[in-house]
Amino acid sequence: MVSPLMLFSRNGRSDSLTLEGRVLAPAQGIDECLRITVTDGVISGIEPAPASGLVIAPAFVDPHVHLRTPGREDEETVRSGSEAAAAGGYCAILAMPNTEPVVDSAAVLGALIERARSDAVVPTGFMAAISKDQSGEELSEMAELASAGAAAFTDDGRPVESAGLMRRALQYSALAGRPLALHCEEPTLSRGGHAHEGHVSAEIGLGPYPSTAESLMVGRDLALAAAEERPLHLMHLSARESVDALRRARDAGVTATAEVTPHHLCLTDEAVRSLDPNFKMNPPLRSEDDRRTLIDALRDGTITVIATDHAPHARHEKEVPFEDAPFGVIGLETAFAALHTLLVLPGELTLEVLLERMSAGPARVFGIPEPVVEVGARANLVALDLEAEWEVTEDGFRSLSANSWLLGTTLSGRVVRTIADGREVFVA
Amino acid sequence: MAELRPPASPPRHLLSVRDLTRDDVERVLETARRMASSVDREMKKLPTLRGRTVVNLFYESSTRTLASFELAAKRLSAETMSIRAAGSSVDKGESLKDTASTLAAYDPDVIVVRHPSIGAAHLVARCTKASVVNAGDGKHQHPTQALLDLYAMEGALGRLEGVHVAIVGDALHSRVARSLVQALELVGAHSTLIGPPTLVPRDIEALGCAISTDIRDLASADVVYVLRMQQERMAPGEAFIPSLREYTALYGITPERVQPGQVVMHPGPMNRGVEIDARVADSEAALVIDQVRAGLVVRMAVLYDVLTVAPVLERAVAEVA
Repeated sequence: MVSPLMLFSRNGRSDSLTLEGRVLAPAQGIDECLRITVTDGVISGIEPAPASGLVIAPAFVDPHVHLRTPGREDEETVRSGSEAAAAGGYCAILAMPNTEPVVDSAAVLGALIERARSDAVVPTGFMAAISKDQSGEELSEMAELASAGAAAFTDDGRPVESAGLMRRALQYSALAGRPLALHCEEPTLSRGGHAHEGHVSAEIGLGPYPSTAESLMVGRDLALAAAEERPLHLMHLSARESVDALRRARDAGVTATAEVTPHHLCLTDEAVRSLDPNFKMNPPLRSEDDRRTLIDALRDGTITVIATDHAPHARHEKEVPFEDAPFGVIGLETAFAALHTLLVLPGELTLEVLLERMSAGPARVFGIPEPVVEVGARANLVALDLEAEWEVTEDGFRSLSANSWLLGTTLSGRVVRTIADGREVFVA
Repeated sequence: MAELRPPASPPRHLLSVRDLTRDDVERVLETARRMASSVDREMKKLPTLRGRTVVNLFYESSTRTLASFELAAKRLSAETMSIRAAGSSVDKGESLKDTASTLAAYDPDVIVVRHPSIGAAHLVARCTKASVVNAGDGKHQHPTQALLDLYAMEGALGRLEGVHVAIVGDALHSRVARSLVQALELVGAHSTLIGPPTLVPRDIEALGCAISTDIRDLASADVVYVLRMQQERMAPGEAFIPSLREYTALYGITPERVQPGQVVMHPGPMNRGVEIDARVADSEAALVIDQVRAGLVVRMAVLYDVLTVAPVLERAVAEVA
C-alpha cells in the first residue's frame, strides 16, 4: 500500500563493509555474536563471530523531527538535521510541516523532496499539513500531497482545534492512505501555560498547562477515530490521563498508536526549577507519576514509538527568561545515549525494548520498511558502544542548534557507526 | 568599618526565598535592625559599601522598590545607577542578555533586576559576574519584599515564631504571596491563602501554607496580608472572577472583617475600595508605611549581605552596632 517513494536522500554509492558484535534485533528475536557482511548496501552474509565489545542493532527511525526548512535554515537544514540523525544512529527520519511556509502544497513538498535528494544524508520523509497553512480551517489537498510523496499528515505545533475538521480529516485521509499524526492540546486550557500544572508551577508562578489540556483532546480524537473507524497516531504523549484514554480506546478496538519523547521519559517538572529554557517543551515535563506511566506504557506496548521531537532553536531565542523562551529541545544526537543512561542502566527499561521502540516500532506505524538483520535486506544498522562515556557539550552537535536539556551531562553509550539504506553515513 | 575584600567568587545572589536558610533570613533581619538603629541615631549615611557599584535594571514600573534600592545603595555610600526599560536601548529591541552584558562591562558589584518575565534574574545571574538581586520577576519571586514584610511584622508583633498570616486575594498571579509564604515557613510562622478558587494556585499547599475560600478564616490570624487585585485579571479570555464588585463583596478587607488586635499589611500600591477599604488602610492597624520604611533598611542589609561573606559580615555588623 505504501509507496516506496516516501523517504528521500542524496544518491550515492552503496557501501560494502563488515560489522561484528553482539547483534541485538529484538523484533526478530536475535541476540548473538555475529559478523554481518554488507555488499553493495545489501546484507550478504551473517555468520557466528567471537564475542566483542559492540552491540549491532537495526538502525533507528525517528518519526518526529523539525528540520526548520524552509524558513529557518539558521536553526536547521535538511543537511545538518540529517547529519545529526546519522550521528544519532538513525536510518530514517520524518520532518514536520510547521515551517515557513507550511508544507501544505505539492509545490512546497516537491521543493523539499528535491532538497532531500541533494542534501539528506539519511533517508528523510516529510509530513504535510492536515489543514491549509495549519490554520485549522480547511483540509489540505491530502490526496495530491500523498501522491507527491507526503509521508503522513499532521498540524504538529498546534492542535486541530475544530472537532468538525478533525472528523473530516479522519474521513478524507482514507483517500491519502497515509497516517494522521496528532498534536493533542486543548488551547483554552493550555493558553498562557509554561509548565505542568502542579506544585512546581504553583511555587514558581509559571502559567499552568494542565494534563487535561492534552488528555481532553486525546479523548476527543480517539472518540472520533472510533466513530469513523479510522486509525490515528498520537504524538508526544506526556500525561497519565492520555495514556489511560489510549489504553481504553485500544481495548475497545480503536486502531491508535502513540509516541513518547526521551525528555518525557527521563525528566519531570522538577527540572523546571532551574528556569533553564532548555527544560521548556510542549507538552511540558510532567510529574513523576506521569513519567512512570509513560515508561509502563512503553514496556507493555501501549506506546510503541520513541520519537525525539527534535526542535532546534537559535541560541538567542533560548537565551531569554524562561517565560519568554520558545518550546522545544533538540534530541537526535542524544536520544539513544540518554535513554540508555537514564532508563536502561538504572533498570527502568530493558535494552531490547528500547531498541525495538526506536526502530521497528516507529517504522511499523508509518509504513517504513522495518530495519532488519537478514540476508538480502538493505543494510540499516547501528553499532553501539555501551561502555563509552561522553559529555554533551554545546559545540559537539552536528545540528545547527544546541538547545539540549543534556548540556554538561555525561552519558554512557555511544553510537559509533550508522549504516542507512546501505550506506555508511556516520563513523565516530 | 573593616575594609571589605572583593566579593568571593562565585558571586552571591538573592534570586529566590527558596535559596535561603533560616540563618540567612535571621542574619539579614539582624543586619537591617542594626542598620536602622545606626541610621536613626547619627548620620544617615554609612561608609560600608564605598567604592562599590549597584545597578538597578528595571523593566517594570516601580515606585517603592526602585526608590528604596537607590536610597539603600546611597545610604551605604555605593555608587548607584538606575536603568529603566523606557528610554533605554531596550526600546530599540535589545535583549535582556545584551543589556545585562553591556552593563556588566562596567563591573558593577550588584545588579538589581525587575522584569515582567519569570526567570529574568536567573538569566542575568547566568550571564554576568555581578551579584544579582531579584527585585521581582513576573509571577515568580520578590524576595526582598518578603524579607521586609518579615521585618515589619516582627517590629509590630515582637516575634515571628508561631505567627499566623492570612494572605488574602490573588495568590495565583502574585510573586509577593509566593515569596512571603516561603519566608514565613522558614522562620517558623505559617500562612493561609484566602481567595476565590480560581485565584488560588493548584497544589500551592506544597509550600506549606493552608488554603481557604472563606474570608471568615482570617479571624484566627495575627496578620491580614492583603494582595493587590489587578484589573487585567478580568480581561477577555482571562476572566478569573466575574467582577471586581463581587470580589470586593466576598474578599474586600473592611473594618468589620478585621479583628481587634490584628495588623493589616499590603505590599502596595493599594486599590482603595477594591481589595482594601480606605478606613482599614488608614487605620492604626495598617502597617503599610512601616513596610515602606522596612524596605529601606532591609534592602541596605541585602546589598550588604550579598557583597560580604558571612565571617566578614559578622565582624562588620558588630562594628555597625
